[in-house]
Amino acid sequence: MKLDPKTYSKMVRRAVPHSPVLKDCLWAFFVGGSICLAGEILRQTYLTWYDGEMAGTLTSISLIFASAVATLFGWYQKLATHAGAGTLVPITGFANSVVSPAIEFKTEGWVSGVGAHIFGIAGPVLAYGTLAGWVWGVIYWAMSKGG
Amino acid sequence: MSVRRKDTIVFEHPPVISAWAAVGGKREGEGPLASGFDLLVEDAAFGPEGCSGWESAETMLQSKCARICLRKAGISAREVNLAFAGDMQAQCTASAYAMRALGVPFAGLYGACSTMTESLCLGAAFAGAGYSERTLVMTSSHFCAAERQFRTPLTYGGKRTTTAQWTATAAGACLLRPAGTAGIPVLSVTFGRVQDYGVHDINNMGAAMMPAAASTLLAYFHAFDASPQDFDAILTGDLGEVGSELLCTQMRREGYDLSNHWDCGCLLYDTSRQNVQAGGSGPGCSAAVLCARVLPRLQRGEWKRVLFLSTGALMSQTTFLQGESIPGIAHAVELGAPKEAATV
Repeated sequence: MKLDPKTYSKMVRRAVPHSPVLKDCLWAFFVGGSICLAGEILRQTYLTWYDGEMAGTLTSISLIFASAVATLFGWYQKLATHAGAGTLVPITGFANSVVSPAIEFKTEGWVSGVGAHIFGIAGPVLAYGTLAGWVWGVIYWAMSKGG
Repeated sequence: MSVRRKDTIVFEHPPVISAWAAVGGKREGEGPLASGFDLLVEDAAFGPEGCSGWESAETMLQSKCARICLRKAGISAREVNLAFAGDMQAQCTASAYAMRALGVPFAGLYGACSTMTESLCLGAAFAGAGYSERTLVMTSSHFCAAERQFRTPLTYGGKRTTTAQWTATAAGACLLRPAGTAGIPVLSVTFGRVQDYGVHDINNMGAAMMPAAASTLLAYFHAFDASPQDFDAILTGDLGEVGSELLCTQMRREGYDLSNHWDCGCLLYDTSRQNVQAGGSGPGCSAAVLCARVLPRLQRGEWKRVLFLSTGALMSQTTFLQGESIPGIAHAVELGAPKEAATV
């Protein structure tokens, strides 16, 4: 065959259709922005009854709950096919990444299914988030010693 | 006596596909080939029928397909001498569990999306050699079972790339009989060789499998000094839009004009209207297109000679994560028109 991997790699790059970048960015911006706007409206509402810290916590809880419900009914996935990073980046995306495997692996049982897979997607975020927190803690400690 | 020419077995007395059936899901029913299916189901979870998961749903898809095929052939499962079947689930469970209910002698196959032609090649060889009077060949795939095994949970919010393909929820089954029976003759079978041109992108299976399709086509053309124009149609399994374009480019470079080429992944769905990105894929894709479109056309005499390839990507999640490139394979079957139609 008149083909080698290097030539083929170039051929493939040429044949791959480009993503509609502008459209994707607009979707991500408006959907992601709308989720954040909803969060801010919730926070302002909670501020009428609670202090700033509590209002922030309640906002996160509300968004996570809403995302879990939307995931359960399959709405979050439908929105995400258009919104991309707009639904992935906010806290609702993290909630979706935990709830979706929990739903999916229920057929394998509560322990070996839901329990074992629930952090299948979010696990790396938790692992490296914890590591980053530890590294920052060491730096913070060293800085406070030095300062 | 059958003749072996390089990688191809040519049957002196071609075995025939005497009956066939295609079963599909909702999205397949919204596609251009809907009318060719024997059964289209609105809800491929089969909950009311006792299926508790997507894996058992795919088993149900195969069971229904096998039973329709046998009903069309007018025989019972007891009369089947051998079944070749496969699917994409780990350890081929969709086929194994379907065969548990059917109770026929069974050899499970794995060729990823190439499994339909792999089974057809073997089934035809067994039928041609007289080892089996009635051979059932069958493959399936289920979008939901494949997603959870190979990608992410169904409700996970991810965006697909433009080169990604949609695993078909479909099954196809054929009953092979020795020469002398009415049906679509299998004139020759060509077993493919594994090809790997260093594609690492798991979302671009069409590109990973294209060299395998080109290699099998070239092996056939060189062995018989044939050209694409000797056929009414050349069909590939699931290269999708990207892989098909690459195949035509490569074959042009080799000196062959593939203007009569169609890809099952682009036939099963309307890629401009249905949200399937570059087209369909999965073992059920080529199996369903074969049974819903190709065999009926040959039966009606609209096509007289067809080269049908299914293409498979032979990586696993593990090899992919370990950084291995994606090898591909393509097996081909040469199909002719039934005797009475060939004389028209």
